[in-house]
Amino acid sequence: MPKQLEVRNVETHAPTLVERNTAVQTDDLHAWFDRLHALRGITLSVPERQVTAIIGPSGCGKSTFLRCLNRMHELVPSARVSGVVRVHERDIYAPGVDPVLVRRRVGMVFQKPNPFPTMNIYDNVAAGVRLAGERDRRRLDEVVERSLRAAALWEEVKDRLHKPGTSLSGGQQQRLCIARALAVSPEVLLMDEPASALDPAATLRIEELARELAKEITIVIVTHNMQQAARVSDVTGFFLAGQLVEFGSTTGMFTRPIDKRTEDYITGRFG
Amino acid sequence: MDTRYRWRRSMDQGMTLVCLLCTVLVLTPLALVLAFLAQTGLSALNWDFFTKLPGAAGEPGGGMANAITGTLTLIGLAGCLGIPIGVLGGTFLSEYPQTQVSRISRFAADVMNGIPSIVMGLFAYVLIVLPLRHFSALAGGVALGVMLIPTVMRTTEEVVRLVPQSVREAALALGIPQWKTTLRVVLPTATAGIVTGIMVALARIAGETAPLLFTAFGNRFWNRSILQPIAALPLQIFAYAISPFDDWHRQAWAGALVLVAIVLVVNTLARYATSRQVRLR
Repeated sequence: MPKQLEVRNVETHAPTLVERNTAVQTDDLHAWFDRLHALRGITLSVPERQVTAIIGPSGCGKSTFLRCLNRMHELVPSARVSGVVRVHERDIYAPGVDPVLVRRRVGMVFQKPNPFPTMNIYDNVAAGVRLAGERDRRRLDEVVERSLRAAALWEEVKDRLHKPGTSLSGGQQQRLCIARALAVSPEVLLMDEPASALDPAATLRIEELARELAKEITIVIVTHNMQQAARVSDVTGFFLAGQLVEFGSTTGMFTRPIDKRTEDYITGRFG
Repeated sequence: MDTRYRWRRSMDQGMTLVCLLCTVLVLTPLALVLAFLAQTGLSALNWDFFTKLPGAAGEPGGGMANAITGTLTLIGLAGCLGIPIGVLGGTFLSEYPQTQVSRISRFAADVMNGIPSIVMGLFAYVLIVLPLRHFSALAGGVALGVMLIPTVMRTTEEVVRLVPQSVREAALALGIPQWKTTLRVVLPTATAGIVTGIMVALARIAGETAPLLFTAFGNRFWNRSILQPIAALPLQIFAYAISPFDDWHRQAWAGALVLVAIVLVVNTLARYATSRQVRLR
């Protein structure tokens, strides 16, 4: 069923989808936690260098879907995945693929800012590159500055790079985490409700940042805030009970939803 | 005023008083022990006590220099054995909690924790003293080291588990391999707690006497090799306390005072390490 819907959507509402290259393609993706069937056959294409929002009520599988895209899902004991996920044409679940390398290509930002508590700002940003073996101080300096600039945090922290990461405000911490994720130069950045623990002003900055970053890399953002999805994304997918109900251009979905359930959800009738 | 309210208030005050009394009751023996030790031990404490070997039987003078260094040596030897095994084992228990190996070793550690310390001495006796045919510092260190393992392991497990899952996920999502995540991100986050656990465990074994009786054995002279018998404060205190000489009795008190001081210093250091612990939440 999702497959059919997707085709319908692509034809009627999402002209952007066909013009763009696909960054992430999932095909009949299923995920389980023990017996719980959390994702029931998700097939969709995330367009390259766009912001794709995943919306849906709590427990609909949107975070699980996100965590399947960089093989974080399998870290939960008893978690299982089936189906295909291709990131730029390469199947990340193919036998012999190292999840560690997948996660370098597909970065992630979490709901709660989680800077490493023992590290200062500099070391937080440098962590990914440094623990991958980079030792050259000049290269590290470059990476840290580039990433902090990209995360719109450089001006605020350049004079206190050696203060603990946890000394920053919540919004700054979240941008620090984004800088940390950007430092390893991922192709895709997954954001799991990145602003849900932040105040409105900080939320706005994260949203602006997501738009800005989408000029360079592909962003997939999970949000339970529909206004946020409308503000920030080019493409939106609506999940319900582990299934993809509707997938298409954000403007299309928010002005003329095809499915009755999508309409009910975005008009606030449930969820 | 409402009688029920008044009754409730007096009950509240009464209970608070009972709690306070119990606290005082707990602290009293500690204060008494310390006061008594200080009173009797201080008189025999002098420069000689820290620098000289024990005198001949019955003669006044002499000190416990060899026993003090002996105890420190034994703690060092025990630490070399017990700390690495305990910390790494505890890390495994925390990071792979559900495996069969973890379940078995967790149970084994708890059993080991309950084994009387003299049995640990017997173990080291059979393992090291019998094959080498003489008592040695090494045997004493092994006996104490084996006692360290379960405590260090379980406290390490507890504090490593306190490291928030989000920290591990952040590292893994950066494409940092599991082992590097554990070694470079998780363990440093838990360092303060691990150090505290080690300090407390070391303080506990510093005063152990039973496992040393037939391993380290004691020595009236300087120890020249870890394969030779070595003096230790608890052993020396025991030997002096049961002797018939007044001067040795006084020195036994002084030895006890020094032993308590060592434990106190170690515990204070541990406190200091915890107070600087990184806020995890």
